[in-house]
Amino acid sequence: MTAIDAITSGGVGPDSSPRQDPGGVPALSIQGVSHSYGPRRALIDVSFAVAPASFTALLGLNGAGKSTLFSLITRLFGIQSGRIGIFGHDISRAPSEALRLLGVVFQPRTLDLDLSLKQNLLYHAALHGISRREASLRSQEVLARIGLADRAASKVRDLSGGQMRRLEIARALLHRPRLLLLDEATVGLDVKARADILSHVRQLVAEQGIGVLWATHLFDEINSSDELVVLHQGKVLAQGTVARVIADAGAQDINAAFARLTAAVADNGSAAP
Amino acid sequence: MSVTTAGEHRSGFSLGEYLTCLNGIVWREALRFLHQRERFVSALVRPLVWLFIFAAGFRQVLGISIIPPYETYILYEVYIAPGLMAMIQLFNGMQSSLSMVYDREMGNMRTLLVSPLPRWYLLSCKLLAGTAVSLLQVYAFLLIAWFWDITPPPIGYLTVLPALILSGLMLGALGMLISSGIKQLENFAGVMNFVIFPMFFASSALYPLWRVQEGSPMLYYVCQFNPFTHAVELIRFALYGQINWISLAVVAGCTAVFMIGAILAYDPSRGLSRRGPAGGET
Repeated sequence: MTAIDAITSGGVGPDSSPRQDPGGVPALSIQGVSHSYGPRRALIDVSFAVAPASFTALLGLNGAGKSTLFSLITRLFGIQSGRIGIFGHDISRAPSEALRLLGVVFQPRTLDLDLSLKQNLLYHAALHGISRREASLRSQEVLARIGLADRAASKVRDLSGGQMRRLEIARALLHRPRLLLLDEATVGLDVKARADILSHVRQLVAEQGIGVLWATHLFDEINSSDELVVLHQGKVLAQGTVARVIADAGAQDINAAFARLTAAVADNGSAAP
Repeated sequence: MSVTTAGEHRSGFSLGEYLTCLNGIVWREALRFLHQRERFVSALVRPLVWLFIFAAGFRQVLGISIIPPYETYILYEVYIAPGLMAMIQLFNGMQSSLSMVYDREMGNMRTLLVSPLPRWYLLSCKLLAGTAVSLLQVYAFLLIAWFWDITPPPIGYLTVLPALILSGLMLGALGMLISSGIKQLENFAGVMNFVIFPMFFASSALYPLWRVQEGSPMLYYVCQFNPFTHAVELIRFALYGQINWISLAVVAGCTAVFMIGAILAYDPSRGLSRRGPAGGET
């Protein structure tokens, strides 16, 4: 992979980036991506990578540019400048190859509430060209994994918020992607459902080697061993392991580190309006 | 059929994958339509009001002479039935296209567009699915109309099918082209006033064109250049087992042009940009 320097106050040794996957390509690579809505700049020269089998948290307040970035990765918006690659496939030049390897859970719910769980899954499988029989098998498999096998025929409308989220994650994994994007997946869920979703996703990373990009504005969803990208006002302020980012910011915890990093931006007056 | 598995790096898709995708999109649209009873009822009530009330009132005012494809004197109800079938498709096409471009169906469009199949194909499938829904509406209308003495030859119910598919695609693609290309027409009321009503009234749906010509030669030419007129005539002839070649050529040509234009003009970010994608401040 191309070396992407962590933006830190101190120097970074050659052995300090665990995201380096020698000989391997990153699951997701964002290189020099900028995006504007008219005069408003939503992303400014954003670069980072997500390694396979890693949990990378994309931390930023509302309006930091997380959703814009997700819209670019999922090809909802055209890329204005920069490059985005999924396992080495450029999403502008080889979108099919890239999208085959990508699973997404969008922030707003995108399930058909009046259709059954199974019908929702079969529809998604069809969009990926997976035959009906194979899709049926996989649906049962993923429903069993999220503990909803006996609800296959019930309407999605009757599920709880946490169950819907788990169903969306299961759906995103139906075509067996190697990169999973989740945009504020725990919004609106209670504490227990949030913890369940988070541990489920972490399990996917550990057991299936899926690379995960987890966008959030909640500090407590981030572990010290995770990879972290701090996005603020469209810019990447810091990246690296959580412990590293905290140490480089000279802070005690992620909360304080985030406060210091964003305060520095405000002081420099370099923030985009 | 082989199934894509993770890590398999290949490009292109098999015919089976294309068909599975089409099948899935149409199947979902039909399922959703059956769950939305109000939509079904209102789609049926509109043409039935025209048939039961408007046509009954106009029957005495407007005499219809024998014009092809009819071989005998016909009642006014019989004359406007094909126009009402096309009207069902017009409303359905505009409605489903508008929801594709604006945010009502945004979530669904997002999941649709992350499918690895080519975007032009996904949008075409979506238009076909909308057409399939309009077919359900049209045949339900024909069933009720049969009890109202609108009884085309039995074979007509079959021969009208390809005509309906073509006209449904044309009107759906037109709806998508209009809602992608014209920012001001972002709600249904605007589309009703500026697209649906002019297209419907300036066509052969309610009155034969020779009568229009007697009244206003100018309007006659407008009607002749209205693709909706040709959709109506294509359906009218097909319902009696005949082909109106001119209308077929016009509808087929317009379908191709509108579909290409719609696919090129489709911008998925439009439904989002109104709300402001990053933080709702746009």
